[in-house]
Amino acid sequence: MSQIKISNLQKSFGDFTAVKNSNLTINDKEFFVLLGPSGCGKTTTLRMIAGLELPTSGEIYLGEEEVGMLRASERDIAFVFQLFALYPHMNVKNNLSFPLKMQGYSRSEIKTRVEDAAKLLRIDHILNSSISSLSGGDRQRVALGRALVRRPKAFLMDEPLGTLDAEFRELMCLELKKLHIDIGATTVYVTHDQLEAMSLADRIAVMDGGEILQADEPAVIYNKPATKFVASFIGSPGMNFINIDQGISNEQSTLNIEGTNFNIPKQYEISKSKKNSFGIRPENLSLTNEGGLKGSVFGVEYLGSRKIITVKTNFGEIKVKTNISTSVKINENVQVKPSNNNIIIFDGETDRSLKSEFMN
Amino acid sequence: MDTSRSYLEPSSFSKKLAATIIIVYTVITLIPISWMVMTSFKNVNSAISYPPEVFFEPSLEGYVNLFTNRSRQSQEYLDSLPPPENWYEELVRSREMVITGPSKFLGRYSNSMIIGFGSTFASVFLGALAAYAFSRFRVPLKDDLLFFILSTRMFPPIAVAVPIFIMYRKLGLGDTHLGMIILYTVVNLSLAVWLLKGFMDEIPKEYEEAAMIDGYSRLQAFFKVVLPQAMTGIAATAIFCMIFSWNEYAFAVLLTQFNAQTAPPFIPTIIGEGGLDWPAIGAGTTLFLLPVMIFTIILRKHLLRGITFGAVRK
Repeated sequence: MSQIKISNLQKSFGDFTAVKNSNLTINDKEFFVLLGPSGCGKTTTLRMIAGLELPTSGEIYLGEEEVGMLRASERDIAFVFQLFALYPHMNVKNNLSFPLKMQGYSRSEIKTRVEDAAKLLRIDHILNSSISSLSGGDRQRVALGRALVRRPKAFLMDEPLGTLDAEFRELMCLELKKLHIDIGATTVYVTHDQLEAMSLADRIAVMDGGEILQADEPAVIYNKPATKFVASFIGSPGMNFINIDQGISNEQSTLNIEGTNFNIPKQYEISKSKKNSFGIRPENLSLTNEGGLKGSVFGVEYLGSRKIITVKTNFGEIKVKTNISTSVKINENVQVKPSNNNIIIFDGETDRSLKSEFMN
Repeated sequence: MDTSRSYLEPSSFSKKLAATIIIVYTVITLIPISWMVMTSFKNVNSAISYPPEVFFEPSLEGYVNLFTNRSRQSQEYLDSLPPPENWYEELVRSREMVITGPSKFLGRYSNSMIIGFGSTFASVFLGALAAYAFSRFRVPLKDDLLFFILSTRMFPPIAVAVPIFIMYRKLGLGDTHLGMIILYTVVNLSLAVWLLKGFMDEIPKEYEEAAMIDGYSRLQAFFKVVLPQAMTGIAATAIFCMIFSWNEYAFAVLLTQFNAQTAPPFIPTIIGEGGLDWPAIGAGTTLFLLPVMIFTIILRKHLLRGITFGAVRK
C-alpha cells in the first residue's frame, strides 16, 4: 500500500479545463473520497491517477514513484468502474483470475488468491456462474474481488455504488468500509453522493469546477466549510445563507440584521466585500417569539426523529431543523434565531469563509 | 377495447400474416435451389427431358462425372477389361466409358476454399483493427477517412478490372492465391470496417480500460476483451465477406486460369458428350453451396445472440 500525492495537476480537453492546478496528498491506508457534482473533475482526477487519462501538466506520485506519464498497466493500481466492467464472456472465476494471469503467477497461486478473495467477499459459492446471471450486489462484489486479488498499491473506485438500488447501496457501503478496515488499502473513491462520502471517508475532498475546494475530515467539512459551495453542497438540507449588506471588520462579534443584534463568533479577518453572507446550518437555528428574524412558516417536513421547518423571511427561505415536538402551523408568524455560535461569514467576493473564533 | 395484451406484443393476425409472407418467400427462393439439387441426382437424359421430370430414379452419375475424366470405348475393349472394382467404375462402364483420371474439380474447389477463407480472415482481422482504431482513437480527419473507405464501394468492382488486370500481370500476382486473397480482401474491407465500427462503438470502453488496469497492453486487451465481445459483429461480417469472395465470378474469370482458378468460373465449363453435362454442373453447384451454408450455420448462434445482446443490463 502507498501514499498518493498529486501536485499541480491539470487536465484540459481542448479549451475546456477539467481539472485546475490540483494538489492533494492521500495518506497510506486512508479511505479518501472525491466528492462533487457531475462535471466537477473528480472522475477525471481519478482517471489520471489510474493512468486512463494523461495529465496536461503536473505530477502524480504513487509512493515514491512519479507515475503521471506511465501507462495504466504499469502503475499497480486497481480500478472499480461504475458499471463494474466485468468481462461478460468470462465466468466469475475467470474474471477474478484475469489480472493474475498477466502477472505470471503459478496456477496454484492464482487459485489460492482467487479463493481467498472470494471468501472475503462471500462470493465463493458463485465462482462458476456467468456474469449475466448475477445480481447487482454480487457484480459489485466480483468487481471488488477483481481489484483485490492483485493486492495493488491503491484502489480507485468510480461511483461503484451508483447503479445499485438504495437498499443494496447501504449494505455495500457497510461492506466496503469493513473491507477497507480489514485489508487497510489506500482507497480513492469518487462519488456525488454526500451521504456515501460522509459514511465512508476518512477524509473528503470537495471539488467544483475542476478545483479542489477543501480536503479534510467529514466533520470538519460539514461544520467548518471552507467555501460557500462546500457549505451548500454538504448537508441535507444545505446551509442557510442570509445576505448581509455590510462589511466585516476585525474583532467584530455582533451583527445587526434588520435592526436586531446577533452575536457572531469573534472575527479575525476583514472582509474584502461589502456584500457578504451569514451562514448557519438548519440544526443550529431555533424558533423563538422574539429577538430573531421575522418570517412566516412556509412548509413543514417530518423526518421521523426531526422536523424541518421552512420559514419565509425577507432574506429568502430559511430551513430550521427542530425536534419533533415543535408544532407550528403553515403561515404562522415566527422568528428564527441562532441557538449557538456555529456561524460562518462568507466573503461576498471570494466566497471563502472568513477566519473567526469558530472558523479557526 | 382489449386491454389485456401488451401494446408491444404483435396481434395474432399480424403474426399469421408475417408467417405466411415468410413461408411464401421461402418456397419461392427454395424452388431453384431444390431444382438444382434434383438435377444433380438425375442422369444426363432425365436432366434435359421435356416435360421436366419431378419424380425420377436418383443416380449419382452427376457426382461421378464431376470428379472424373472419362473416355468412350468400344464394347470389345470394355469386355476385355477386368471386372470393375467399385460402384462408380461400374456406373461409368454402363455408359460405355472408362475413367481416365480425376477431374480438375477438387483442385478448383480447394482454391475456392483457400481464397474464400483466406480473404475472409484477412478482411475481418484488418477490418476489426481499423474499426477499433476509428471507434476509440482521435484519428485526424476521421469522418473523411471513413467516407473514403466507403467510397471504394461506390462503383462496381469490375469497373476497375482492366487496371487491376494490368497491375496484377506486372506484379506477377495474376493466377495466384495471394493475388486473389488480396483482391477480395480489398473489396470486402470497406464493408468490414463499417460494420465492425458499429459493433465496436457499442462495446463500452470501460472493458478494455479495466483490462489495461489489470496489467494488459491495449493490444492484449483488444484480443482478450474487445474481440470476444464483438463476436456477433465479427460473425456477421465474416458471413458477408465469405459470401462475396466465395461467389465472386468476374475477377475469377479474368485473373485466374490454372493455378488459382476458383470453382465459380470452372463449374459452367463442365462439358460432357454432346453439350453441357447438366447433372455434373448441378452436382458441382450443390457441393459449392455447402461450405457457405455450413459456415453460416456454425456462426448462426452468434448472429442470434446479437439480437438479444443489448437486452440485459451490462
